[in-house]
Amino acid sequence: MEHLSFEFDGGVHAPKSGKAYAVAGVVASSNLEVLAQPQELGGRVRFEVDTTAAHFQDAWRAVITDFIERRQPRDVLFSINDFAAIPPVVSLRLDQAWEGLE
Amino acid sequence: MKQTPRISFYEASARQRVAGLLDPGSFREILPPTEKRTSPHLGLFDAPVSFDDGVVIGEGTLEGKPVAIFAQEGKFRGGSLGEVHAAKITGLILRAAARKPQAVLGLLDSGGVRLEEANAGEIGSTEIMRAIFEARRVGVPVIGLLGGSCGCFGGASIIAGCCDALVASEEARLSVSGPEVIETVMGVEAFDSRDRALVWRTTGGKNRFLFGKVATLVDDHIPAFRTAASALVRPSTPLRLDSLRTERDALVRRIATFGTCTDAKQIWEKMGLPADRVSDMTAAELTAAKPA
Repeated sequence: MEHLSFEFDGGVHAPKSGKAYAVAGVVASSNLEVLAQPQELGGRVRFEVDTTAAHFQDAWRAVITDFIERRQPRDVLFSINDFAAIPPVVSLRLDQAWEGLE
Repeated sequence: MKQTPRISFYEASARQRVAGLLDPGSFREILPPTEKRTSPHLGLFDAPVSFDDGVVIGEGTLEGKPVAIFAQEGKFRGGSLGEVHAAKITGLILRAAARKPQAVLGLLDSGGVRLEEANAGEIGSTEIMRAIFEARRVGVPVIGLLGGSCGCFGGASIIAGCCDALVASEEARLSVSGPEVIETVMGVEAFDSRDRALVWRTTGGKNRFLFGKVATLVDDHIPAFRTAASALVRPSTPLRLDSLRTERDALVRRIATFGTCTDAKQIWEKMGLPADRVSDMTAAELTAAKPA
């Protein structure tokens, strides 16, 4: 298992559903769960990742950067339990979790 | 003709099943994933955890009736009963025994005890059974819903056996020992776990319905599960010595009638059913054809 932490400047959209959390995905082989929680982060977004596939920090950074550029979230904590999902699946789950809060 | 789209129970996640069964917006989750009550054991095996330990628990309403509900996530470690997972279910049922909602709904989708958690999981599954009997003792019925991708095996099948009533789809499987366990112990000649038709006609929802273990057979459609579960909400039947004797007598008659059969098809023939057509029948057709 590898733990990764990322924090980036967020975009223009704060979560507005009023929900305390949203979950997307299941921790199954080649899949992951993304728990999204609104949190006051001064406009930033945070990602806490636990993954079974070590040494993919650059791929995570690329997928997350792309997600932030596309969806422009701010003030959200994303907690992730990953069971070796491929990047497009990670991208999809981030979108789904964010849509649960939007 | 316009058809209502099928909302598959089999393919849905535990969270999607809960959302589809209860009245919209009525569900309040207890120990939600934000609490991060994860397994204290899986880390020892360098295995990934889940924020809800593979089970969603909470309260809501079913067609207006207050209910407690738990839903196992079959895709997370086979829906297995780990220590936290089992404790969440036990706590929910004991809370229901104290607060008396009109029913507890249990969406079982599990291969049984989580092997990595060994004794803690075994103890946890027996605590669930004890909690079910406590709920039933005070009149709160426990209704099991089966139709997930994992089936219902091992300790989970015994939990299903403790329920007041079961709702199942054809896709459900219910058996104490899973097909691969039987094959390993008894040999492939006795039970070929790769023979899908054999597995389903033996352990599947239709056979369990014909045997009387499943009260209501439904198609793989979440609204069908909702209607069936709601119709079964009534005060729990107490387990007493006379009801256990009645059950035992029925089992004695069953073995006397069907004990020489070596395949479910022979049993269906003896029941007077068109054995070759059973697998093609809808839930409604088989319900109409089932002998009284």
